[in-house]
Amino acid sequence: MDNGMIFNIQKFSVHDGPGIRTTVFFKGCSMTCHWCHNPESISFNKEVTYDVEKCQSCGFCIGVCPSKALSLDDEVISRDDKLCIACETCTEYCIQLAREIAGEEKSTADLLKAIESDQAFYNESGGGVTFSGGEALCQIEALVALAKACKKRGIHVTIDTCGHVPYEHFERILPYTDLFLYDIKILDREEHKTYTGVYNDLILDNLNKLLKTEAVVWLRLPLIKGVNANDTFIDQLETWLKGKNIGQIHLLPYHTIAVDKYRRLRRHYKGQHFEKPDESWLNQVLEKLTQAGYKTLIGG
Amino acid sequence: MPRGMSKRTQHLREESIKTEPHISIERAQLLTQAYKKYAGTVETPILRALAFKHILKHKKLCILDGELIVGEKGQGPQSAPTYPELCCHTLEDMDVMDSRERIYFKVSDEVRKIQKEEIIPYWENRSVRKRIFDYVTPEWQTCYENGIFTEFMEQRSPGHTVADEKIYHTGFLDFIDQIDAEIEQLDFFNDRDALKKKAQLKAMRITCEAIIILGQRYEQLAKDMASQEKDPVRQQELLSIAENCRVVPAHKPQTYWQAIQMYWFVHIGVNNELNNWDAYSPGRLDQHLNPFYQRDVQNGVLTRDHARELLECLWIKFNNQPAPPKVGITLKESGTYTDFANLNTGGVTRDGHDGVNDVSYLILETMDEMKLLQPSSNVQISKKTPQAFLKKACAVSRKGWGQPAFYNTDAIIQEQLQAGKDLIDARGGGASGCIETGCFGKEAFILTGYFNLPKIFELTLNNGYDDRSGKQLGLKLGYGPDFTTYESLFDAFKKQVQYFVDIKIQGNNIIEQIYAETMPSPFMSVITDDCIKSGKDYNAGGARYNTSYIQGVGIGTITDSLAAIKYNVFDHQRFSMKELMEAIDNNFENHELIHHLVKNKTPKYGNDDDYADTIMRSVFDLYHASISNRPNMKGGFYRINMLPTTCHVYFGSVMKASANGRLSGKPLPDGISPAKGADRNGPTAVIKSASKMDHLNTGGTLLNQKFTPSVVAGETGLDNMASLVRSYFAMDGHHIQFNVIDKKVLLEAQANPQDFNDLIVRVAGYSDHFNNLDKALQDEIIERTEQQF
Repeated sequence: MDNGMIFNIQKFSVHDGPGIRTTVFFKGCSMTCHWCHNPESISFNKEVTYDVEKCQSCGFCIGVCPSKALSLDDEVISRDDKLCIACETCTEYCIQLAREIAGEEKSTADLLKAIESDQAFYNESGGGVTFSGGEALCQIEALVALAKACKKRGIHVTIDTCGHVPYEHFERILPYTDLFLYDIKILDREEHKTYTGVYNDLILDNLNKLLKTEAVVWLRLPLIKGVNANDTFIDQLETWLKGKNIGQIHLLPYHTIAVDKYRRLRRHYKGQHFEKPDESWLNQVLEKLTQAGYKTLIGG
Repeated sequence: MPRGMSKRTQHLREESIKTEPHISIERAQLLTQAYKKYAGTVETPILRALAFKHILKHKKLCILDGELIVGEKGQGPQSAPTYPELCCHTLEDMDVMDSRERIYFKVSDEVRKIQKEEIIPYWENRSVRKRIFDYVTPEWQTCYENGIFTEFMEQRSPGHTVADEKIYHTGFLDFIDQIDAEIEQLDFFNDRDALKKKAQLKAMRITCEAIIILGQRYEQLAKDMASQEKDPVRQQELLSIAENCRVVPAHKPQTYWQAIQMYWFVHIGVNNELNNWDAYSPGRLDQHLNPFYQRDVQNGVLTRDHARELLECLWIKFNNQPAPPKVGITLKESGTYTDFANLNTGGVTRDGHDGVNDVSYLILETMDEMKLLQPSSNVQISKKTPQAFLKKACAVSRKGWGQPAFYNTDAIIQEQLQAGKDLIDARGGGASGCIETGCFGKEAFILTGYFNLPKIFELTLNNGYDDRSGKQLGLKLGYGPDFTTYESLFDAFKKQVQYFVDIKIQGNNIIEQIYAETMPSPFMSVITDDCIKSGKDYNAGGARYNTSYIQGVGIGTITDSLAAIKYNVFDHQRFSMKELMEAIDNNFENHELIHHLVKNKTPKYGNDDDYADTIMRSVFDLYHASISNRPNMKGGFYRINMLPTTCHVYFGSVMKASANGRLSGKPLPDGISPAKGADRNGPTAVIKSASKMDHLNTGGTLLNQKFTPSVVAGETGLDNMASLVRSYFAMDGHHIQFNVIDKKVLLEAQANPQDFNDLIVRVAGYSDHFNNLDKALQDEIIERTEQQF
């Protein structure tokens, strides 16, 4: 099956690779990072999100729901997940736009059409398409079909990955990829497990292998004060990187926008104590990595 | 820190922006004297020319401390003459001008007294405005009063003409020689119009003499001032000014400085003859000045800094001239002090090479440093334009105040070829006013009025009846529920559009003839090809090309309204037409579900969605077919363009709610921009949607994009802006402009206007002080979709 479960298609995306791009967000991830900014992108299933702050408790959705999954519970709409079939009726008729659908199954042809429609901008700006997520490489069949089609049309393909997938997936996507944006979060394996739900062995191993191929790889470092925004991590990273061929390093400072999102979607946020890194420290890192010979920048 | 590269320009700029706009009655008085003296004794063109000469001979001169370029339209900075021969203001008009909160003009007691005793008694029954309202049909009047369309020429004369290069190699003595040669060749044996032509040519000759007199008067004044001047540096400057005014406008300019002064005299002449729309503009100033610049620099008589300072002086001159005072509906459609003199920098040369030169960069720097409302400044970008120039323009543009705007040279040329113009002429053309295409120095391209497409659709759903005025404005073709298919509804809309276009064009043709007969402009005719050759006036078809434009407004609203009905009523039967109309009549109150569906769950223009964009194209094609290529009264043709100035706010105010969810009285979108909040897929999708319009078959379209500063930050941001411009232009887009300001800042400015006196924003084809905009327009700008992520 070549259909992809897609979470969002972002046009005029200018922070996920060179030039003006279209970023296709695949739904579903192999990790569960505490700081994830798109909590609705973690599950592989289509789901209905509910923004409790937008909801005016008008109850209209309860009436239109064909599977009677909704009820009013203390001025808040409750959903019986066992009954919900994600049919989108309640999202279509939610006047306050509090209920929205997250995830849509899309065929290669549909996705290609959306990507191709901005080809004029890619050509002009040296942009292209970025496959992100969730984790795009988790949906390898759909991804390969799509990347292949893009490549055939001369569209620059970037894969934004957390690296936590079987290496075989990299091997399969490699012929159709111009650039990898590869996340490195934590180098200590136990800590990595604590904050992301998985050990980092596979991630580092994959990166090692990938760097031995022709692949162009840019590292992306989400930096979170309270987790990895410290000198130890940067020192470890530098040691780890010695002798490796990295195109660019992007420092992505943590920001707190997600806190509000979690609250509105009534999801528990494990990152309450996280903070954004100090600007002076960030600049030090920038200088340090630049001096070490890496093209480094803050932001994507 | 005051703006300006020198103390001189800092000081002059301060004076320009601090002086309160006020009415000058001098021109009206001189004009009245001349009319009283000559009317009835000479032919009309000669009467106009003698009045022009009388004004330039007696108007007060003004050389401000430190000025290097001299001449004012009125008596000094922000002094606005009136034109009672066109629009004779009542005392009530004057009181309103004096006291209105925005776009006011101070009226002194003395001015009010002269208006009452000298001007009104002579002009109240003689003005063009009076004549227009006497002659147009009752249907025209009702449509005009109820916001179907506006009329440009009821208070201002036909304009939209831009200078070309001729004044830089032809002095006015040379023009006189040309005129005399034509008079010499008049054929009284065979040409039935020979006598008429003779009067016209004699009139042109008189205006040449008049402008030469103005130059001589300035020469004398500068000499006199020099003889009194104690500061030797200033004394020398005054002597240089005197020398400049000895040379121009009588002779062609010899230096860069004289070239600027030459243009400025012509500008003052045009604006004292009549108050034509869009003041006048030097057009391709960089190309005109560059030969002088190169020669002077090579000869060691000019430095780059001095060249820039002179440009700054010219900028301040433009800013000193507020648009002529407007009242009533004309003020609503164009509520601004900006007089739309729009410079075109870059583009291509007449022989088709890249037109960017050293002066182009100087102009960008001047624009950036001066940050003034006037002149409106744009850059023309062609396929050949160097990336460095485009990026430098983007760097100025992203500072957030809307200048420069970006125009597509290649599209402008093709639009003109489409209109039957010569390629070489077309290359020397560009955009004037807001975005209107024209052939500089050779064309009268006249905006005639805005056309309210969504209002006509409102009437289409209501059997042609206007609930607001209680009048039957349109044809009786049925009510919304009578249309059982989308096609039958669209067909009714088509018939209504054609009906109103006919009313508009009939009115236009009457007005064109009134101007041709009673308001010739011989001075403008001297500088517009081929008026001298044809012995015909600029207002009577003497120009080489004569185009009349009718400007469509609200394409986003009409598209989304049709889409809302097609999608919800006909395709998916979510509700009936009757239910929708009930919701519209109630401004969607208690009809939240329908409001939600049409607003949030219906395909909309601006998202690269073919469902909506196909409808947009069908409306565009209908509008185009109803107007384009119909003959006007000057031997030219009608064309369309898509822009609003500030009219989208006025047009929205005369409408009830729309089928797309727009609430009653709210503004329409500006130009071809999507309706407020309709575009949800970012700027590339907006550009894609907009590019589905046939830009090359218009005389210009206007697309506004608002960005938050973070999107265009850094070198990458500049690259992205440049890429957006190039991509849109590769798709034949005509014009794009950027507002780069945080919504937060705008809200703050609205709450505390006193702290934001210098905040300038892009409105629609021009920039204005945020504080000068009325509340509805401020809200509209705040609510324009901000492109970010």
